[in-house]
Amino acid sequence: MPDRYDVLVVGAGPAGLAAAHTAAAHGARVGLLDAQPRPGGQVWRHDVRRQAPRAARDAIEKLHGVDVLANHSVVSVESSALRVEAPQGSRSIAYGSLILATGARELLLPFPGWTLPGVTGAGGLQALTKQGWPVTGKRVVVAGSGPLLLAAADTLRKHGANVLGIFEQAPATTVRAFARQLRHWPARAVQAAGLRLRLAGVPYRFGSFVRRAHGEDAVQRVDIESPGGMQTLECDLLAVGYGLVPNTELAQMLGCAMDYLGPHPHVSVDRLLRTSVEGVYAAGEAGGIGGLAVARLEGAMAGHVATGHSVAAHALLPQRDRERRFGALLSRHFALDARLRSLADNDTLICRCEDVTLSELDGFTDARAAKLATRCGMGACQGRICGTALAELGRFPRNGARPPIFPARLATLAGLTTLPSDDAYRGS
Amino acid sequence: MSAQVRLSVNGSPVEVPAGASVAAAIAHVSMRFRRSVNDMPRAPLCGMGVCFECRVQVDGVAHVRACMTTVSEGMQVITDA
Repeated sequence: MPDRYDVLVVGAGPAGLAAAHTAAAHGARVGLLDAQPRPGGQVWRHDVRRQAPRAARDAIEKLHGVDVLANHSVVSVESSALRVEAPQGSRSIAYGSLILATGARELLLPFPGWTLPGVTGAGGLQALTKQGWPVTGKRVVVAGSGPLLLAAADTLRKHGANVLGIFEQAPATTVRAFARQLRHWPARAVQAAGLRLRLAGVPYRFGSFVRRAHGEDAVQRVDIESPGGMQTLECDLLAVGYGLVPNTELAQMLGCAMDYLGPHPHVSVDRLLRTSVEGVYAAGEAGGIGGLAVARLEGAMAGHVATGHSVAAHALLPQRDRERRFGALLSRHFALDARLRSLADNDTLICRCEDVTLSELDGFTDARAAKLATRCGMGACQGRICGTALAELGRFPRNGARPPIFPARLATLAGLTTLPSDDAYRGS
Repeated sequence: MSAQVRLSVNGSPVEVPAGASVAAAIAHVSMRFRRSVNDMPRAPLCGMGVCFECRVQVDGVAHVRACMTTVSEGMQVITDA
């Protein structure tokens, strides 16, 4: 495997696949990194029992001349190179241009009982199920916000789960207003109608959210607050996710400027997806949640721009802008109810890695001070779960990224050419 | 239907489809993947490699994310719960 690529793409989801394919079609030598064992990302995650959608199969099969580097996690940033860890060891991969297609993760908000086994994200359970997690005959409650809940419920049902209900926190009026807007997006309307048809018979409730999960060693029942009052459902699994948050850790470590439209940053890019760092581009969710269509278009655009074909990228802009408007429509209509920010009580664990409760974090106004005093954010997830939740809860923003981006082996750290000085990451 | 893979989870034999994750194989046996620092049982949360709640020992290697690891024939998985 070469140690240098003209274009290195991080993330093999729809954006990264399009970027790699486009750059390779222009004759560039392209490497496509992903921490997962197979390309596809989250939305096109491989399903062990069902065939992938045609678009996913096409995107993966089109990768002629691209080195797909699966099971490769980025650990740190070097000079025009990334330090990566793979099962066979660690190495440095240099690049001419770097395309960040790092995607998004689910927003997971703490509530009493959320650490019980059997409580997962909504997209989380969908991903687990596609990879063989046993759900056949299991009673599943799906909750949270956004159309992802419907997609997750659909996958669960196809794998034999008994979906007891879908509990959407957005009120019925705004979900209906969103549905009316779909007439401007015929393809989406058809997709939504198909989902609703397949989910016929599954209750879809609005203005409803999970207050608490109960159980001894695993979730057994959940309390759901609805406009009509509180109800308790017995279940085997609870899948609850509140939308998506861009993965920006690598971009932050590279020094790329961030934009804040709310509590969570996304990578700041110009019309041609250039970040504030020369030669580094960001495509898809990393640049703000926009969905699958945006990811594919921006991936292609970044592949064009990174290889010097800006005219081809410009040609995709009108279509991209239109799809970005759909993303804005989604975030407006599925904005989170303020009550979701006060679900956690004093004893609810916020940092699941270090078992830090909400009341232990009282009085802290920055992540670093909280970390030093309570260990909040010092565990293996490096604050991805608790830091993001605390930012959403309005406590304090997450600290900037510092190496290693993910927990790494000592041998990998020993191989870093530029050892991270703590001073450089202490912040001002 | 895809081929089946046989592996061991805490000594119990498990059979799952090829391409399945170690997390899926464990879930056939137990919902306890690891113990938290205060000794509470934990299991996968995010399903996509972010939360590290699913980390287990795979073929002698500790702290492997079960949700990101594909099963292989004869694999030995040990949970920490």
